[in-house]
Amino acid sequence: MTTNLDATGAPIQQHGTEPLLKVRDLQVSFTTSTGQVQAVRGADLTIYPGQTVAIVGESGSGKSTTAHAVIDLLPGTGKVTGGTIEFGGRDITHLSAKEMVEIRGAQIGLVPQDPMSNLNPVWKIGYQVKEALKANGIATGSEADKRVTELLAEAGLPDAERRANQYPHEFSGGMRQRALIAIGLAARPDLLIADEPTSALDVTVQRVILDHLQSLTEELGTAVLFITHDLGLAAERAEHLVVMYKGQVVESGPARKILSAPQHPYTQRLVASAPSLASRRIQSAKERGIESDELLASTGGTAKPKADDVVRVENLTKVFQIRGSRPGKHTEFTAVDDVSFAVKRGTTMAVVGESGSGKSTVANMVLNLLEPTQGKIFFDGTDLSTLGKDELFAFRRRVQPIFQNPYGSLDPMYSIYRTIEEPLRVHKVGDKKSREARVRELLDMVALPASTMRRFPNELSGGQRQRIAIARALALKPEMIVCDEAVSALDVLVQAQILELLNDLQAELGLSYLFITHDLAVVRQIADEVCVMESGRLVERATTDEVFDDPKQQYTRELLDAIPGSKLEVFGGDAA
Amino acid sequence: MREPTTRPDQHHFFADLDETPLLGVDAIDEHAAPASMWQDAWRNLRRRPLFWISAVLIVVVLAVAIAPSLFTSIDPNAKTACDLSHSLEGPSAGHPMGYTFQGCDVYSRVVYGARPSVAVGVLTTIIVVLIGVAVGAFAGFFGGWFDSLLSRVTDIFFAIPFVLAAIVVMSSLKSHRGVITVVIVLGVFGWPQVARITRGAVLGLKNSDFVTASTALGTSRLATLRRHILPNAAAPIIVYATVALGTFIVAEATLSFLGIGLPDSVISWGGDISTAQRNIRTDPMVLFWPAAALAITVLSFIMMGDVVRDALDPKARKR
Amino acid sequence: MAWYIGRRLLQMIPVFIGATLLIYAMVFLVPGDPILALAGDKGMSDALHDQLVAQYHLDQPFLVQYLHYLQGILTLDFGTTYSGRDVGDVMREIFPVTIQLAVMALIFEGVFGIGFGLIAGLRKGKIFDSTMLVASLIVIAIPTFVLGFVLQFVVGVKWGLLPPTVGSDVSVRTLLMPAIVLGSVSFAYVLRLTRTSVSENLSADYVRTATAKGLGRRRVVSVHVLRNSLIPVITFLGADLGALMSGAIITEGIFNINGVGGTLYHAILTSQGPTVVSITTILVIVYIFANLAVDLLYAVLDPRIRYA
Repeated sequence: MTTNLDATGAPIQQHGTEPLLKVRDLQVSFTTSTGQVQAVRGADLTIYPGQTVAIVGESGSGKSTTAHAVIDLLPGTGKVTGGTIEFGGRDITHLSAKEMVEIRGAQIGLVPQDPMSNLNPVWKIGYQVKEALKANGIATGSEADKRVTELLAEAGLPDAERRANQYPHEFSGGMRQRALIAIGLAARPDLLIADEPTSALDVTVQRVILDHLQSLTEELGTAVLFITHDLGLAAERAEHLVVMYKGQVVESGPARKILSAPQHPYTQRLVASAPSLASRRIQSAKERGIESDELLASTGGTAKPKADDVVRVENLTKVFQIRGSRPGKHTEFTAVDDVSFAVKRGTTMAVVGESGSGKSTVANMVLNLLEPTQGKIFFDGTDLSTLGKDELFAFRRRVQPIFQNPYGSLDPMYSIYRTIEEPLRVHKVGDKKSREARVRELLDMVALPASTMRRFPNELSGGQRQRIAIARALALKPEMIVCDEAVSALDVLVQAQILELLNDLQAELGLSYLFITHDLAVVRQIADEVCVMESGRLVERATTDEVFDDPKQQYTRELLDAIPGSKLEVFGGDAA
Repeated sequence: MREPTTRPDQHHFFADLDETPLLGVDAIDEHAAPASMWQDAWRNLRRRPLFWISAVLIVVVLAVAIAPSLFTSIDPNAKTACDLSHSLEGPSAGHPMGYTFQGCDVYSRVVYGARPSVAVGVLTTIIVVLIGVAVGAFAGFFGGWFDSLLSRVTDIFFAIPFVLAAIVVMSSLKSHRGVITVVIVLGVFGWPQVARITRGAVLGLKNSDFVTASTALGTSRLATLRRHILPNAAAPIIVYATVALGTFIVAEATLSFLGIGLPDSVISWGGDISTAQRNIRTDPMVLFWPAAALAITVLSFIMMGDVVRDALDPKARKR
Repeated sequence: MAWYIGRRLLQMIPVFIGATLLIYAMVFLVPGDPILALAGDKGMSDALHDQLVAQYHLDQPFLVQYLHYLQGILTLDFGTTYSGRDVGDVMREIFPVTIQLAVMALIFEGVFGIGFGLIAGLRKGKIFDSTMLVASLIVIAIPTFVLGFVLQFVVGVKWGLLPPTVGSDVSVRTLLMPAIVLGSVSFAYVLRLTRTSVSENLSADYVRTATAKGLGRRRVVSVHVLRNSLIPVITFLGADLGALMSGAIITEGIFNINGVGGTLYHAILTSQGPTVVSITTILVIVYIFANLAVDLLYAVLDPRIRYA
């Protein structure tokens, strides 16, 4: 018998022959104020016992909706309007509420997405796990307490007995996710639905938790329906992929096949744009000595004219005073500790780190939005702390920010025109006519039609808002733009578009970028040089090539390993 | 490379491009009409029947308050307005609501009673919003010791119940009573609540990215407060002000009822209710009419506030 | 946690001083001679006038008056009314009545407000909910005194179900109608607050997780939704106790109850400054401590606050 291999090259276990979950032609619709909206249109899905299947898609693809429809947990006005759902041979499409209650938890479990909002803040963790045991008739009383501790430990929570008596806000994000996993698996369901279980967590934590979940489900023989937007992650964890787009399944099949030979144009786009896969391809191209055309950053190979430093940071330190519970007692928190680096003109410097690394604090200091406790920042050779009020005002024209959350960075009351015009108005550039011309020019630069001027932010999508934010940042012809996780909140395809736009603008206008991100895969595509930060300290600083080929620090190596899809086998068109 | 064997129903499948056409990534719909938050809210508001009901009522009330002579030919302030021989008579031609104990026409008194009540409501709301927004915005935006001081001051005002304070002060000002006095007293004790709401809204907005972006442009702090924060904080303030207008009218009526609000020389619903309650057992309708007018007026404002809050609710608007 | 309590107590002190100062100012800084006003048209002999002035320190600077007054409060000596009775004695008589009235009102608004609000929130958008919304608006719109008279007339006189006045017969039955009138507006607010809280929490993520665990609807609502929704409601109820005791002025007047409100109102009308100030001060103290209790209760209900 031929041994089947999954996408990472490991052999796949063989399981039962009857499908555990069979979804056929599922239709789900929501009722909104403007009428019925079809969220899922004819989705097919099959999962065999013990198998891991992943649904991949961007926002609005219907992937989460499909999964929630299986256990009748559609939010708000959602309803299954067509198709069938069969579980263990039984049609569960239109079960009564009471019957559904029995299936949930005991036969199908859920691990939801955001660990903070998915745990009730007023009950202890142990209590919430115990509830799952009691509701499904597994155990009660002190038996249950013992089991709770066992389950939490099994999910990877250290010091489980003490932790069970704590509240969710006392846990870190990773710990909360483990608690949710314990709850999901408490009644040993046959199928576990994992809805983007780690997307709110740091990359290194993500890997550990997913590894753990994988080994746990393999051990228990639990089938897993994995929802994710990251194609690399899906291919790494699942043997069978289902790609959804605008409520329909556009492609499905073995993970290896889809990655190596995607047939549907949408899948092809996804495969081309996913940063984790692109990063992998760039690396493998390098290994074979080929220049990858996916590399957006200029390579360090050819000799370049010596560029001066547009920004130089020396011994930058920031200490925050946190008010303690006792009056007079303050704790100090060192967010940034003795960081030094320089950004060459016309290049992109990435500052990479997980949450709490201090990377955003560094960005805020470079933008002069925060005073450094110690250290100096030089812009174009001038020490920022020596600037007077007027000089500071002039300085602001030369450095501009783009923030992470596209839904918060534009004033909802301002029309797009006013938003982009504001920098010009504040700095008294030109008159009304010339400003309007400039706004048109800027909209054109970010590939948006001029009619967008009259619109308001709430009419635009996330990617469109980021373009407006870019246009606003460019209004005063800055020399440097600080991108603080500017693409992290965007869908994969949109993200790729914005990265290309940023790259084109850099080539056209000679801009320098300080690119703050937690995603090393994106760094591979866009950055010339990299600073790796951990807990406020600069751990490693080198060119992108050096960091990826020959990381010197352990932490950097961990970050690299944590990129989803780093274990995937080489693809790239030569699947011989 | 060998083709991996797959299970039934899990072979490589891809959909027909005709059935699953690709849209441009992130394209803009050029044909949709532009819509600011206010336009969106207006569209939402238009569809609600309660909005129209309360809007019509408010317009009627304002019309009666501004031009009472349009609604009745009798002038209740005239010396000859009341004739004891008609005391407590029921409705008759030209006098649809009957007569009071003093023989005055109830209907015209109800009509003329609108102006002082509405005036108190509107003026007090204006004062309360002006003071409260200023205090709350500065406290929330600048923080520090100023915020602590203002919080203590608001706490102090909150510690004294509103109606009680109004009663105490008004009773001390016996000889100076009038619309303006009532407005000032209600205003002095009513601004802390607006300040609290404003402060909360400003605190919530202070750390928004668009505010940071404006600061990064070089906009002064005061200008940022004026241009970005306050317009976005307007929604909860507007909602509260609309409801507060109603509650101020109730407060004034309560004071007049107790005899320490508007003086007897001013015709007011509260005063008429106070007089009418002495005869409630025999002639309840004399109390009913001014009470109904009062209730409907107040209801129209707080209903409007309710409906506007629902329309401005960000959860309803999110796309 | 102990520090949380301690800090709140410390914050209460400036509020207490500020509030009492404000009250004192409101009563005594207003133009006019209070003693003469008391005498009304009858006039008063100079000797009596001077004696009263000296007794109440009215000839001394305002701040000195205030300090005398403060000293009095802290030693629990509230002085005497202008007619010679010890204010402390008076208060001992009237406070229990008003407290009973306020507590009954609180129970009414709490039980019915939360109950109806819960149902309305669970069935948002349906008939019951819409009805409750409009009904609560109407209750808020109708001034308490109007409601008081109407109920007194209809229920007390016409239908004779409950006694229309209280007088010296203080019992649960006689206080029932006044309690409902007193608590009516707050009942409307509690209903709306509960309704909003419940409907918001129903769509919360953790409720979905609870359902996904396999919990039945009843348990999800009672253990998860209700528990979290009650936090803002209970804090409102706690703060309302102080407001109720002050709002009793009108209700006690209508139903002829010899409580704090009635006595206070009478004292206000007869310009009995010291009595007014004393009673108001007690009400403020009650309010401040009620707020403190609410803060503590909040910390008990919401574990996140305990470490603030």
